[in-house]
Amino acid sequence: MLAFIVSRLLQSLAVMLAVSFLCFVLFNFVGDPVNNMVGQEASASDREEMRRDLGLEDSVAVQFARFLGNAVTGNFGKSYRLARPVSDLIVERMPATLELVAVAALLALSMGIPLGVLTALRRHSVDSGAIMTFSLAGVAMPTFVIGILLIYVFSVECISWAPAIGLPAGWCFPSFGRGETVKLGWWNTGLLTASGLKAIVLPAFTLSLFQMTLVLRLVRSQMLEVLRTDYIKFARARGLTDRAVHFRHALKNTLLPVITVIGIQIGGLIAFSIITETVFQWPGMGQLFIQSVQFADIPVMAAYLVMVSFIFVAINFFVDLLYATIDPRLRLDRAQLGTAGG
Amino acid sequence: MFVARIAALTVATLCLASAVEAKTLRWASQGDALTMDPHSQNEGPTTAMNQHIYDPLIQRDPKLAKVPNLALSWKPIAPDTWEFKLRPDVKFSDGTPFTADDVVFSYNRALAPTSDFRAYISSVKEVKAIDPLTVHIITNGPNPILPDYTTSIMIMSKAWAEKNNVTKPQSYKDKEETFAVRNAMGTGPYMVKQRDPDVRTVMTKNPTYWGAKQFPDYPDELVYTPVKEPSTRVAALISGQVDFVLDAPLQDVARIKQTAGLKTEETAQVRSIFLGLDMGSAELKYSDVKGKNPFADKRVRQAMYQAIDMNAIKTKVMRNFAAPAGLVTSPGVHGYTPALDERQKFDVAAAKKLMADAGYPNGFGVTLDCPNDRYNNDEQICQAVAGMLAQIGIKVDLQARSKTLHFPKLQKKDSSFFLLGWGVPTLDSHYVFTFLYQTSDAAKKVGSWNFTGYSNAKLDELSDAMLKEVDQAKRDKMVADAWATVVADMPYLPLHHQLIVWAMSDKVTMPIFANDTPNFKYSKIK
Repeated sequence: MLAFIVSRLLQSLAVMLAVSFLCFVLFNFVGDPVNNMVGQEASASDREEMRRDLGLEDSVAVQFARFLGNAVTGNFGKSYRLARPVSDLIVERMPATLELVAVAALLALSMGIPLGVLTALRRHSVDSGAIMTFSLAGVAMPTFVIGILLIYVFSVECISWAPAIGLPAGWCFPSFGRGETVKLGWWNTGLLTASGLKAIVLPAFTLSLFQMTLVLRLVRSQMLEVLRTDYIKFARARGLTDRAVHFRHALKNTLLPVITVIGIQIGGLIAFSIITETVFQWPGMGQLFIQSVQFADIPVMAAYLVMVSFIFVAINFFVDLLYATIDPRLRLDRAQLGTAGG
Repeated sequence: MFVARIAALTVATLCLASAVEAKTLRWASQGDALTMDPHSQNEGPTTAMNQHIYDPLIQRDPKLAKVPNLALSWKPIAPDTWEFKLRPDVKFSDGTPFTADDVVFSYNRALAPTSDFRAYISSVKEVKAIDPLTVHIITNGPNPILPDYTTSIMIMSKAWAEKNNVTKPQSYKDKEETFAVRNAMGTGPYMVKQRDPDVRTVMTKNPTYWGAKQFPDYPDELVYTPVKEPSTRVAALISGQVDFVLDAPLQDVARIKQTAGLKTEETAQVRSIFLGLDMGSAELKYSDVKGKNPFADKRVRQAMYQAIDMNAIKTKVMRNFAAPAGLVTSPGVHGYTPALDERQKFDVAAAKKLMADAGYPNGFGVTLDCPNDRYNNDEQICQAVAGMLAQIGIKVDLQARSKTLHFPKLQKKDSSFFLLGWGVPTLDSHYVFTFLYQTSDAAKKVGSWNFTGYSNAKLDELSDAMLKEVDQAKRDKMVADAWATVVADMPYLPLHHQLIVWAMSDKVTMPIFANDTPNFKYSKIK
């Protein structure tokens, strides 16, 4: 087992090195940050001096080595755009993204699972058909369209339709931002204020829609499969109530793959949040990244990409470990392979 | 369970229908200020933010005229010396008095190597405090337009800067952020209450503001939120979550005007959009003409000018938010005249004849470099131009890029044909001549944005002379001569002056500034 962990760790490290090197090569194509950093009156020599100071004249390999050397000591440099340490910026923005992702994942599960069960149990009813059609839209529609659509309906047009159906105009949702936030140590939370809770509804729903439909479809197909198995038939033969059969026996057995998929999809949620954050002006890491790309703010881009690849690598690493623990065949195969290979 | 949660949420939100506080003005635009350090970044949104906290000696009013701010009066007392009489009884927002020492300190700070405003006051040799309310600025030779440049230099408190260790503008060499990046303290109408870069900036009225009598009605509180996505910005305005949007997308202006409770203010911006031609190289780098440079022939430049149907671009591409131009500088800039701004006639037949006379009856191919995120509808303008030039046989290969790639490419003089826009912060024509038309010379620090290779000794001479001429009538004659010269030589093909649109709630009264920099002390909110 130890050998397995060590080899996995080494592989993860290699992946991260490769990702960050690729990023550095790509940075050569995002353009020159210096032009954004000085006014139009700055002379050519001023610009050149700044480029030298920033080390942009060095080769990619030298820049990469310098970045690695600093990153190992936890120093990601200073943002070209905001003149503040990159680690501060990321720490400030992380809570917004993580809260959004957490609420979105919660929404995806709390709506996806019941709806999945419902559509599996009542396969041929009209409401299942409607839900399945809606889930197709969720899979197919791009995030930014959903976001803008929600803003249009629930914050712009809402002012006219909400009073018409008897709701106060203040019921409408904000179209941007995070609302009021409260500081808990370094963590800046929006989940403890009314305006913060209200502000998270539309972006979290936008972000969760794809995952929600994914969970829905996954639960449905798993459920349909499980319902056909012998032990369900046997449970029915034992005369158990439908409720016990469906929820105690069937649903429990469908959830394992769902949880695995959701675990892996959390990384995807963080990546998808870039678009949602841009549409809703959500002050998270994704938005920081987009703004940095437009400015060619290399230190922030590098740190963000390394961090996201770290999240993906870490999740995969733990999933691998989990599989190895759950499924003894994996370990056995390796052991046998090991002896066979000498 | 889930339904219960939704219901609980709805009830919670119902109870907390946000009550709008009195006299708070909430505004939004595309990008946040980069820093609150007033000398560190010479950039539009940064200046727009910082001028609410810091004051200059002389300020621009909504008509962009120079009005007294921290200086009550100014006059030249010797060919190379300007005297500024300061406003008495001014206090910084921390209660300390403002004196001539703060002016001397701030000018020296703005002259430091890490300052981004050095170029504006590079002619300044020395700044002297004569008494607490008199300052002399001594320049290297006469500088008739020094007062125009002082409008960009903000005054800090010497004591505050020393206490917080920010006597120099922030530098990228510093490891840590300096105190002045997120903190500010000045004599201006507002103080910083909360600064959360890229998220939210709240400013409250400065209780010690010297102009409280002159400006009694401005909002008690300013809340600024950057909203990057244009449609989200417009949605926020229409749904009443902000009161003022600085940069409404042009395609949404009609929608905003139709909405009850909203209005717009429009004016010609001090920014002109034009095409530049590499007329100086022996051979164009990005063209299929080898061995010679077609742009060196004035007939070709003239033909291209006359082949561009500016009215079509104005109505179709710019949705009428553009004023067709014959000059690469806008109304409001000293030296601009409507006669010079008259465009040459759009005439494809004449253009074809000129091309044939120049020896290109079948045209040629050339690459047009264009930014796609810098000016209003920049890429679409280039597409329209490409189509129009095709009519006279010029096959344009359009390369649209982000500004982070476009401008460095121009600065390397790596373009044969490009789109550029130019604003004039000093509102004086000399600024245009020295950057866009003078022979490019790094040592003399002139012509740094002249990527055309245009070089005319007469223009160089005029531009240098008008920098030092103190006799206004003589100087105006020089400016007029210089414009006549460059309009005849035609290194640029002018397109239009941008119009700006500010969108706001009916509750807001706000005069529009042609430099696109809102100053909320001139605003009112019901």
